[in-house]
Amino acid sequence: MENNKFLDIKGLNVSFYTQKGVVRAVRDLDLWINKGETLALVGESGCGKSVTASSIIRLIPSPPGKIESGEIFLDGQDILKLSEEEMQKIRGDKISMIFQDPMTSLNPVFKIGDQIAEIFITHYGLKKKEALERAVEMLDMVKIPSPEKRVKSYPHQLSGGMRQRVMIAMALASPHPGIMIADEPTTALDVTIQAQILDLMKELQEKIQMSLLLITHDMGVVAEMASRVAVMYAGRKVESADVYSIFEKPFHPYTVGLLNSMPSNEKYKHNARLEAIEGNVPNLLEIGDGCPFENRCKYAKDICRNKFPEIKDMGNNHHVWCHFAGELNF
Amino acid sequence: MYKFILKRVGMLLPTLFGVITLVFFMLALSPGEPARVILGERANKEAVEKLNAELGLDKPMHVQYVIYLKKVVQLDFGRSIKTGQRVIDEIKSRFPATIELAIFSMILASVAGIFIGVISATKRYSLLDYVSMFGALFGVSMPVFWLGLVLIIIFSVNLNLLPTGGRMDIRYYFVPITNFYILDGLIHFFKSGDLGVFLSAVTHMILPAVTLGTIPLAIIARITRSSMLEVLKQDYIKTARAIGTPEHKVIFKYALRNALLPVITVIGLQFGMLLAGAILTETIFAWPGIGKWLYHAIESRDFPAIQGGIIVISTCFVLINLFVDLLYSVINPKIRTE
Repeated sequence: MENNKFLDIKGLNVSFYTQKGVVRAVRDLDLWINKGETLALVGESGCGKSVTASSIIRLIPSPPGKIESGEIFLDGQDILKLSEEEMQKIRGDKISMIFQDPMTSLNPVFKIGDQIAEIFITHYGLKKKEALERAVEMLDMVKIPSPEKRVKSYPHQLSGGMRQRVMIAMALASPHPGIMIADEPTTALDVTIQAQILDLMKELQEKIQMSLLLITHDMGVVAEMASRVAVMYAGRKVESADVYSIFEKPFHPYTVGLLNSMPSNEKYKHNARLEAIEGNVPNLLEIGDGCPFENRCKYAKDICRNKFPEIKDMGNNHHVWCHFAGELNF
Repeated sequence: MYKFILKRVGMLLPTLFGVITLVFFMLALSPGEPARVILGERANKEAVEKLNAELGLDKPMHVQYVIYLKKVVQLDFGRSIKTGQRVIDEIKSRFPATIELAIFSMILASVAGIFIGVISATKRYSLLDYVSMFGALFGVSMPVFWLGLVLIIIFSVNLNLLPTGGRMDIRYYFVPITNFYILDGLIHFFKSGDLGVFLSAVTHMILPAVTLGTIPLAIIARITRSSMLEVLKQDYIKTARAIGTPEHKVIFKYALRNALLPVITVIGLQFGMLLAGAILTETIFAWPGIGKWLYHAIESRDFPAIQGGIIVISTCFVLINLFVDLLYSVINPKIRTE
């Protein structure tokens, strides 16, 4: 079991040193992904999902960001101990990343072929011409029509969906694709295109047996793609379980709130309103040692304010960080 | 692309026509009579009128304007009132000196300015950044004449390394072909195998080019730094890093090409300004360029010379900006395809 973990994050703490104070963006995070598995990291904006993703690829803007402590094992190797040069060799090789906004994540003044070819030049040591030929193959693989023409296009000549396909092509071009981090890969796309991109990702992931860390706040995407789910709130992991378990029987009040705020056909039929989670995400500057959800949680007691709960094992690999896990009726 | 070029070139003509017209009326309406300047304060009325008739200045303004337009189109700016030489010949003999100086200043300013700007941006808030940006501020604020004199004192007078002025050592006799002395020096070298002319032209170029290039250098460095900082924040830079692109390539290829867009505009404008604005540098280094010549022309109300000089300089300015626009479209594919 242990050696099956392709990515294993232990006790990760990431802070941002701003003028107003220290923002603890990620606190004591444990996270692991098996080979070929898809883990969805769920939570609302600013909960530390993207910071976690950037930490794994070690591209936290520093300063102001800093990885304070923790270990990130990638294929058995602690990447936080690597030098910048060694890390550079891993990026685009074992780890690749797809970003949220395909409109801004491709360089506007270079042809997309050149941008994909960069991977073949950097990691395979190919000459420009061969690298471009490989780029055409990659575009074909992500089902972009007439790839020979498209390699010569500039990003602004492609639609959002096509650009995201290009990003996926770049992620898959790596010599040893081990894990792909997809940071809200479909959020900026039209709904009709979202399904296409997700299907493509799933298909290719199965084909090359790659792990996928899918960062999203869309529970619909989670249900579609993931085998396991980790829920984050204000820098902390609050619940993790396999995907059926989370949808079937969530234990954390925040997870319940997230699921209730999701539109569904059931609700539509009964003309029900979507439920919002009352209140706002706490300011990470002012957050204490208690449970971060305490100020929005209708079940909160005094203990929630003062102490972050211990892990509770609900069986079946379902873990919750709530003082009253299992005692609450939603 | 061709459409864009055609459109941009088409816009040249009205611009130039505007310049030519403006130059005429500004001079025609400005105080000071050329005839008085030539003949002196105490010249009698008849003599002044006679000279005015000779110069064509007695005709009504619109007639003068039409005659002027016809001549300008044929590049005939008339004869200098002061020297009696054809204005176009005087410009031909002096303008290359200014262009040569401006080109070298801009090469220096662009290469060094972009490099300093990029380094400061990538090492933001480091000592290096503070030192370069303070240097840039100092460079912008420094009066050109003072800098020129200080350089002469240090490098010519004290260290005796470089000449104090002029374009060429008087020991060398050679017939200029292009009037760009460094180029002529190379031609001379290939013809005769003597490198002396070329070296002399280069050593004469160094101090004036540094003096003239300091302010543009500082401006370019600052613009490059801020543009670069903006670009480095963009997602596509993160993408480039995320695929393992070596950092030097991220900076000097993927980021710099984006960051250069505003820098190129500034380089073009600065270059245009150097053509007309080299008067101080030309004076200090006894550089026989057009700036100094134009200054004397203005001083002596030499209307044909002023007109010719301004038209030629403005035309160059407009052409440089056309070139910048075309270059811009090469770097920025969005402009090309729109």
